[in-house]
Amino acid sequence: MYKYDQYDQAMVDARVEEFRDQTRRRIAGHMNDDQFKPLRLKNGLYLQLHAYMLRVAIPYGTFNAVQMRKLAHIARTYDRGYGHFTTRQNIQYNWIKLEQAPDILAELATVEMHAIQTSGESIRNVSADQYAGAAADEIIDPRPWAETIRQMTNFMPEFSYLPRKFKIAVIASKVDRAALRWHDFALRIVRNEAGEIGFEVYAGGGMGRTPFIAHKIRDFLPTTQIFSYLQAVLRVWNRNARRDNIHKQRMKILVHELGQEEFSRQVEEAFTHFLSLGQDFPQAEYDRIAAYFTPPPFEQGLSEDLDLSDPAFAAWVRLQTVAHQAPGYAIANISLKPVGGIPGDISADQMDRVADLAERFSFGEIRATHAQNLVLPHVRKIDLPALWQELRAVGLADANLDLVTDIIACPGLDYCSLANARSIPVAQKIAERFADLERQEDIGELKIKISGCINACGHHHAGNIGILGVDKKGTENYQLLLGGSGDEETSQAKITGPGFDEDGVVNALERAVDHYRAVRQPGERFIDTYRRVGMDGFKEAIYV
Amino acid sequence: MKVLTGNDLKTGAVTWWDGVQWSLHVEDAVDVGDHADAIMAREQAAQRVNGPYAIDAEKTADGVRPAHIKDRIRALGPTVRPDLTLKPADPEIGNWVI
Amino acid sequence: MSDTLRFRDDQAADEPAVSLDAFLDQPEADSVRIEAGEDVTLLFPHLGRVRLVEIDFPRFRDGRGFSTARMLRETGYKGEIKATGDVLVDLVWFMRRCGFDSFAPNVAFDPAVVEASLARYPFVYQDSGDAAVPIWALRHPGLAHG
Repeated sequence: MYKYDQYDQAMVDARVEEFRDQTRRRIAGHMNDDQFKPLRLKNGLYLQLHAYMLRVAIPYGTFNAVQMRKLAHIARTYDRGYGHFTTRQNIQYNWIKLEQAPDILAELATVEMHAIQTSGESIRNVSADQYAGAAADEIIDPRPWAETIRQMTNFMPEFSYLPRKFKIAVIASKVDRAALRWHDFALRIVRNEAGEIGFEVYAGGGMGRTPFIAHKIRDFLPTTQIFSYLQAVLRVWNRNARRDNIHKQRMKILVHELGQEEFSRQVEEAFTHFLSLGQDFPQAEYDRIAAYFTPPPFEQGLSEDLDLSDPAFAAWVRLQTVAHQAPGYAIANISLKPVGGIPGDISADQMDRVADLAERFSFGEIRATHAQNLVLPHVRKIDLPALWQELRAVGLADANLDLVTDIIACPGLDYCSLANARSIPVAQKIAERFADLERQEDIGELKIKISGCINACGHHHAGNIGILGVDKKGTENYQLLLGGSGDEETSQAKITGPGFDEDGVVNALERAVDHYRAVRQPGERFIDTYRRVGMDGFKEAIYV
Repeated sequence: MKVLTGNDLKTGAVTWWDGVQWSLHVEDAVDVGDHADAIMAREQAAQRVNGPYAIDAEKTADGVRPAHIKDRIRALGPTVRPDLTLKPADPEIGNWVI
Repeated sequence: MSDTLRFRDDQAADEPAVSLDAFLDQPEADSVRIEAGEDVTLLFPHLGRVRLVEIDFPRFRDGRGFSTARMLRETGYKGEIKATGDVLVDLVWFMRRCGFDSFAPNVAFDPAVVEASLARYPFVYQDSGDAAVPIWALRHPGLAHG
């Protein structure tokens, strides 16, 4: 994976000192919170319901054992012994003290990590396929481009105060594991007829209160022109977006209002201009960065055989492991969704254990997924039994990837100052209701996503079943949505009808699942059945 | 009653105006009547509180109970981590929120 | 004017800047003020007679002025670009990189903070039309840049 050189290190160190100075000025009263807020947000520091919250960037979801140990150390030393993996492949801490935040950033900088632009009206941490560099179906590792984009978009002067946040994703396979088209700007690496690598470009996606699925705005962009193209997109948006209503300032609104054709036309015009300035990063720089992502030294001739006589182990292998590009290896997913647990939460001790296991079994590499799980990307198949035993010893061996209990949930009203309703207790009740693995496997792939407010951090628009918490006259109320997807057949979930209380929404969800089981055809996933039969039958089943 | 809440500037901890200073405990909160704006302006200027706001609450047998669930969760802590609330010894404390 | 922070050696324009509409109507005007949301490209045909462009920030949250300044520099405009209004001292370095070379904020900057802010970052990751050499070019000294 990428390694900082003197320049990267100097930039991150400078950022720490800058924030130390800004924090000192805030505490001394030289700034009020209104002035300080944009500065702390650009360093990932929110003021949440109970304390400050710090969101640490995990660029494109790739990190290593040393970094994980540092994250554990921070959880133990500066927080309350745990962290929370987010839907943008980041980790956040819930109990941070402002006066200690600069020290935490300094600790992160010692392991080549930062919290730069993880919040605020800025270009956020770039996300990517969590299996990048390991997936059997990728045409190339997308992370060198993601890292290059990280560098070109950090501290971009012209875009110091964008209209809103701006989220980028990069993938390199047909199967979309990164919810590409729910991003403001997204790149899928493709090969053209001449065999050259380039980007298929999407723009204008996003969730929030006005969800839009991104449009394809270009079939093929030469990779070395990405800086010009990105500047063009950002400039068109920065100049033309509304500035009078924060809810209408995301780029998706501009794309929608101008129409995809006119937006693309303006982008192409600005793109031509930027190309003429000669500011693009050269191929040599991509090559330099790509060299850090050469595959680890995979062993040849490994056995593919596994003793699956233990049904619990067999279930874990069946559900949690995925085909690897190297023979004899597997991608191992670590579920952060134990039944009754908090989706995405992990204790400092578990973090340390995962770091150890990454070193022992996965060349030290770890990935964070947008579904709030972890991945050890390069595990020898012959090591899977030992890995499973070790995971089991620390409560991380649940087998439920993409099943009904593998729920994405935002922190909700238990932690978040924007939330209208709690998300986590709903996720817990659903998981408890469907805890039986045999039943879960019978139901099959079913992605449930829960948000505690319309900002949609829990991706409810993209849930096969989505749940949206709202405030109904001071009490929590939950709307049920069906038919969303974040994969390559992206779709937006639709509201079924009137909302429910907490127990009511769990019951309604179960009725929807039962209806699916009653009407599905062989081989159909929940989403397939929904797409075939439509909303009406589900509605009747839900509102009996 | 009207009570004032905010966060401590340096630690971010949820605080309640007890008539003299900012307390971590909602049961210390006092009715500020018509003085909310004046107290908030003074305390904010002195960097003793961050983002203060006034809320409705009622005095019950158990103490001060904020009218809105959000402020009850602020007063207590996350309902899904009773061990991290201000009343970790009381397993039923989550019910106070609802 | 005493509160203007200026990074130029030439004499400051002495006429007050006029609105973009007024400037386009007054052939003798040499100083123009661009409000957030105004289209700076309308000024491009007339840049030959411009000495000063003031770019206003009605709220620090409004970042349109960053693009306005950089677009002016991209035309080759060498005159003064002044930021006025609600300008954050912590963004001065980024604004300098976009081409601003004077600042008349609503609330005067603390000179010590300006100095620290301008000296903060030893390198830049990307071109922004200024003289700074991006990190990628430092990494590949043999390659032409710009």
